[in-house]
Amino acid sequence: MARVHGVAITRSGFTMIDFTHNHFALFGLPERFAIDAAALDAAYRRLQSEVHPDRHAGASAAEQRVASQSSARLNEAYAALRTPLARAQYLLQLHAVDAIDERDTQLDVDFLERQLARREAADVASVAGDVAALEALHAAALAEVADLETALARDLDRAGADFSGAKPRVRELAFLVRLADSLDAMIAALD
Amino acid sequence: MALLQIAEPDASPAPHARKRAIGIDLGTTNSLVATVRHGLAVVLPDAEGRPLVPSIVRYGENGVVTGYAAMAKQASDPHNTIVSAKRLMGRGLADLDGDRRFPYRFVDTPGMVRIGTRAGVKSPVEVSSDLLRALRERAEASLGGAIDGAVVTVPAYFDEAQRQATKDAARLAGLPVLRLLNEPTAAAIAYGLDNAAEGIYAVYDLGGGTFDISILRLAKGVFEVLATNGDTALGGDDFDHRVFCWIIEAAHLPPPSASDARLLLVKARTAKEQLTLHDETAIVASLSDGTPVDLVLTRTTLTGITANLVAKTLQPIKRALRDAKLAATDVKGVVLVGGATRMPQVRRAVAELFGQPPLTNLDPDEVVALGAAIQANKLVGNRDDEDWLLLDVTPLSLGLETMGGLVEKVVPRNSTIPVARAQEFTTFKDGQSAMAIHVVQGEREKVADCRSLARFELRGIPPMAAGAARIRVTFAVDADGLLDVSAREETSGVAAHVSVKPSYGLTDGEIARMLQESFAHAADDMRARALAEEQVEADRIVEATRSALAADGDLVDADERARIDAALAEVARLRAGDDHTALRAANAQLNRATEPLAARRMDRGVQRALTGRRVDALSD
Repeated sequence: MARVHGVAITRSGFTMIDFTHNHFALFGLPERFAIDAAALDAAYRRLQSEVHPDRHAGASAAEQRVASQSSARLNEAYAALRTPLARAQYLLQLHAVDAIDERDTQLDVDFLERQLARREAADVASVAGDVAALEALHAAALAEVADLETALARDLDRAGADFSGAKPRVRELAFLVRLADSLDAMIAALD
Repeated sequence: MALLQIAEPDASPAPHARKRAIGIDLGTTNSLVATVRHGLAVVLPDAEGRPLVPSIVRYGENGVVTGYAAMAKQASDPHNTIVSAKRLMGRGLADLDGDRRFPYRFVDTPGMVRIGTRAGVKSPVEVSSDLLRALRERAEASLGGAIDGAVVTVPAYFDEAQRQATKDAARLAGLPVLRLLNEPTAAAIAYGLDNAAEGIYAVYDLGGGTFDISILRLAKGVFEVLATNGDTALGGDDFDHRVFCWIIEAAHLPPPSASDARLLLVKARTAKEQLTLHDETAIVASLSDGTPVDLVLTRTTLTGITANLVAKTLQPIKRALRDAKLAATDVKGVVLVGGATRMPQVRRAVAELFGQPPLTNLDPDEVVALGAAIQANKLVGNRDDEDWLLLDVTPLSLGLETMGGLVEKVVPRNSTIPVARAQEFTTFKDGQSAMAIHVVQGEREKVADCRSLARFELRGIPPMAAGAARIRVTFAVDADGLLDVSAREETSGVAAHVSVKPSYGLTDGEIARMLQESFAHAADDMRARALAEEQVEADRIVEATRSALAADGDLVDADERARIDAALAEVARLRAGDDHTALRAANAQLNRATEPLAARRMDRGVQRALTGRRVDALSD
C-alpha cells in the first residue's frame, strides 16, 4: 500500500482515505491552531479528487460506498479545520478538552456583561433600523474575534501548551462568532 | 488548460465501447438535449436544425405532439396544450391558489395537481415525461441506439418533492437517470471547462419559471459550490405576465377568454424579446370577438413595469454571498444563464450589484444542457480527456424536531455533499422507552414553519433516568442528494433507520415565504425559541419536583412544602403565557425552593448506598 498524506492506494488501484488519521494528519498539516489556509484548501481538493464517488462512477457498489464515506469524512474534516473556532474546538478535543461543554457554560463576568450590553445595543439598533450602529457593533465584534484568534495562536501553538486553560478563550470566541453572525443577519434583514 | 490530471494508470476502467450519455435541460419554456461527441459537448438539434424544443405538450385529436407543433396550437386549443408544466411539478392545487395564469381544467387530487385534457387526466409528471420522451427519441436517432445514461437538470432551489417529480418523469420517459444536476452548477461546469476559469464565480440563472444564484470556487479542475439560493417561482414567465397585464390595461380590455389570454401572452413574450434589441415594439392582435389590439410598448415602460421582478433576484444573491462569507467584489466573473438574462435591465442590475459586466461569451439557452452532457459522460463511465470534479451542496437545512416544537438543524444549508452528521439527543422522562424522530427541511426555528420529510420511531430503549440515554441520530446525504437518517441508543445498541422519500415537498410559495420569513422574523423566532426553551425547562423541573416529592416528600417541613407548592403554581401559571423572562424567573424560584429537598435526598441516597440497600428497591 502506497501512502500519500492520508490516502492509501490499494492494490486494485482503488483509493481510500485512512480513517484512523485525525483531521490534521488527513490533510498532511501540522497539529496547530495557526494553519496555512491555502495548503488546507489545496489538500482538500486534491483528496476529494481522489476519493469522491463521482471519480469512481464505474466501481462496484462496495467501492462506491467506501468512496461516499471517505468523501463525507473529508467534508467533515475540512469543515472542522476551515474556521478558526471549529479548529480551536477540535484541537482542544484532540487533547481531551471539551471546550463547549453544555454542563459548564461559565463565562468571565466582565466579558459576559460587555456582550450582554452589546446584544442590548444591537436589539435597540435593529428595532430603530440603525444600520450604521449595527455595522459598528459588527466591526467591534470582529475585531475582538481577531484578537482572540491571535491570543489562541500564541497560547495553543507553543510547546507545553495548556489546552484546558484555553477553554475560556475558546468559549468567548464561540460567543463572539455567534454574536457577529446574528449582527450580520440583523444588518441583512434591514438591507 | 490548467486542469488536474490525477487518474492512476492502473485505476482507470477497463477499455470498453463508448456509452451513449446525454444531458437534458428540462426548462419551463424550452428544453434541450446534448451529448459529448469527440470530446466536445454539443446540443442535438431536430431535423430542421433547431436546438431548442419549446416545453409544450399538446394532447390533440390524433395523439400527443410536443415542441413547435404543439406551440402552434396553444392559442386555438389552450385547454389541451400544456405550457410551463415545470411550474406544477410536485405542487398541489392549494399551492397554485391565486395564480390565474394557467387556463387549464385543474383536477384537485391528493399530492400533486392534475390537468383534465382530451386524452384524460394528466399529472405534470406525465406531461413532462411526454416532453422527455421526445428528447430521448431525438437523442437515440442522433446517437444511433438506446441511451445508457442521462443527467437531467433541475433548479438548484428545487425541493425534494420537485426533484422526485422530475426523476419520476424521466423514468416514465424511459430514461436511465444517472443524476439530477443543479442547473447553475451545470452551467458552471460548461463555462469553467470551456474557459479554464479559476477563482470565485457566480452563476445567475433566470429561467422561464425559476431563479437560482450559485456561488462557486473553481480551482484546479474542482468545481466547489460555496452557496446557493433562489426563488422557485420567479422567471421570464412573470415578465411576460407583467406585459400581458399592461396590454389589458392599456387597451382597456375586459378579462380575456382562455384562448385570448394565451394569444396575448404570446404577444407579450414576443414584445419582451423584441425590446432586448429595440427601443420600442408594436403589439398588434385581433381577439376572438374581433376586438383589435394595437399598442406600442417602449423599453422604458417594460423596465418600469418589471423593475420589482428584477429587484426580487437581488436579495437571494446577497444571501448566497453572505452564506459563502464573500463580498460581491470577491466574485471574478458572473455567468448568465437562461433566456430571461438577455433583457438589458437584468444585465444592468447584475452589473451594478457585482460592479462588473456579466460574462456573455456563451449561449445562455444552451450552457445548462452542455454541462449536463459533460457530467453524464463522466458518470456513465466514458473516459474524459479533462479531469474535473464537482462538489455540490444541500440547498436547504435538514434537521429534527426537538422538545417544544423546535428544529435542531443537523445538516445546515449549503453543506457540501456527501455529508454525514451525527448529533446526540437524550430522553426527557424517567423510563422513556421510545423516541419519535421527525425529520424536517427548512430554515425556520419552529417545526410548524418547516417542511416535514419523514417520521420514524426508535423503540426498545431500556429503562433509564431522564437524560441518561444517549441517542445518536445520524443524517447522511449521498452525492445524489438522497437523505438517510438513522438513530441508535449508544448504551444499549438499539437502532432504527429510515430512507427519506417524501411524498410531497415544500411549495413554491412556501420556499420563498419560508426564506423571507426566516430573515424577517429572526427576532420573533428568537423570542419564540427562548419561550419554548423555558417551557421545556419548566416541564423538566416540575416533573423532577413531583417525582422527588412523591418519593421523599417526608424530607420537607410544612414551610418548605408550601414554598415549593407556591413555586410550582407560579411556574404552571407562567408556562401558559408567553413571557419567557418571567417564566425563567419562576423556574429559577422553583429550583431554589427545592434545593433543601434535593440536598436531603442526596444525603438519604448516600445513606442507603452506605447501608448496602439498592436505591431503586426503596423508591417505589
